[in-house]
Amino acid sequence: MNQDKWKLQVQDLTVRYTAKGKSTTALEHVNMAVKDGEFVSVVGPSGCGKSTLLKVASGLLKPAGGQALLDGKPIEGVTGEVGMVFQNDALLPWKTVYDNVRLPLEIKGLSKSDQAAEVRRLLKMVGLHEFEHFYPKQLSGGMKKRVALARTFAYDPGLYLMDEPFGPLDAQTRVKIGEEFLKIWEQVGKSVLFITHDIEEAISLSDRVIVMTNRPGKIKAEFDVTLERPRPFYDIRFDSRFKQLQREIWHCMSDEDREGNEQ
Amino acid sequence: MSDAAEYSPLKVWSGRIILGILILGLWEICSGRVFNEFWISKPSLILERVAEMTAKGTLWFHVSVTLQEAIFGLIIGMVAGTLLGIVLAYSGIFERWVYPYIMALYSLPRVSLAPLFIVWFGIGMSSKILMVVAMVIFVAFYNAYEGIRNIDRDLLDMMKTYKAGRLQKLKWVILPSITVWILTSLRLNIGMALIGSVIAELVGASRGLGYYITYSSGMLDTTGIFTGLFLIMMIAVILEQFVVQLERRLLKYR
Repeated sequence: MNQDKWKLQVQDLTVRYTAKGKSTTALEHVNMAVKDGEFVSVVGPSGCGKSTLLKVASGLLKPAGGQALLDGKPIEGVTGEVGMVFQNDALLPWKTVYDNVRLPLEIKGLSKSDQAAEVRRLLKMVGLHEFEHFYPKQLSGGMKKRVALARTFAYDPGLYLMDEPFGPLDAQTRVKIGEEFLKIWEQVGKSVLFITHDIEEAISLSDRVIVMTNRPGKIKAEFDVTLERPRPFYDIRFDSRFKQLQREIWHCMSDEDREGNEQ
Repeated sequence: MSDAAEYSPLKVWSGRIILGILILGLWEICSGRVFNEFWISKPSLILERVAEMTAKGTLWFHVSVTLQEAIFGLIIGMVAGTLLGIVLAYSGIFERWVYPYIMALYSLPRVSLAPLFIVWFGIGMSSKILMVVAMVIFVAFYNAYEGIRNIDRDLLDMMKTYKAGRLQKLKWVILPSITVWILTSLRLNIGMALIGSVIAELVGASRGLGYYITYSSGMLDTTGIFTGLFLIMMIAVILEQFVVQLERRLLKYR
């Protein structure tokens, strides 16, 4: 494949953390890539360095070895072309829904009237247009997640980095938000690197699922998801190809678990 | 623990007022019957004294000085301490050099600095203000410093990925994050400021409530002493109410 078509490339990446004088290797010789417009999920046990991968891709963390490239250019520091969606939403509690979504537009320097129009459009899109004067504390978990998503859509990055974004939600809300997000994403069509430990979620959303091994994190296997789009986020789970893929990924991950325990 | 919202304001306030009346009533009744009125004075005498001082103009003469000292010192100390805390929290290795010295200074019984300040600046207002600053600045520093260190890392990472500038980070994340801490230090420091100004007045002054208390004690006038204490308490309560209103406004998102 032509190199220009890769949105994100991770080459031979090694990351070490030093805490209290002890050095731990979070990632070792990781190679992976995300094509332009591709949705890639990374699944793996907790603590396998999935989040570390995102931090490197966002430029917040410097690797010890190897490199990450965005649009073919090495990532050195924060690029301003990626948008993070955090597990805990990272909403500003002292700002209203409106101002939280407005934040990236303000930083980009849009005029006040453009900001207002864009915020209203996005809030309508995520179904929160009647809540613009609410503070995050007054919202449910699912609504907060919608605000966080709207804010990232407002920033409109070339690459979405999502760190178990639907993790803290209850099962029902999780499916609902996932469904809404998939619908919006299928229209936007930007590249996504999505971290999760939920295999079903990974398959329903992604074009490709990457399985990571336990500490130090390495890539164990990759699975192409050939299910056609647009997909029904929930009902796709009953498709036989989905079931097959789910089984393969599950076995791949539980192999890993066994190996980990035997050590 | 029960939630504060469970109780109606009527219940809370009627209870408070009844408790106050009970305590003051007990004092009023015991004075002159169980204890000698000369030692413990009594509420009616204190009120009488307040009225008398108001009529003569001496009340405002003393209160205004103490109030000015406390408020100027509070403002200077809060601003200086908070700025110091913010700057030091972002100063890297410099903070490691300076921090133990600040804590060493903090452990000084600052009350004992009052005589020194009076030697340096005389018995006028400036020695009192300096004393208040010395009382107030550490709490302000410590709260701002801890506030900065407790800012949610995800919020800062989020601002970074959006390529926010320094001023934008300050306005959207840093200042709102530490507002809670600054309000806490303001609340604690109202008491500290009054302690500072009154103590400095006790050591050497010609005006102010601290002066009025020492003067009254020289005259063996317990009613005068209690009147001074009562007025200091009233100032603290009123200033505290300002902070409560400020909190309501700034922290309405909670």
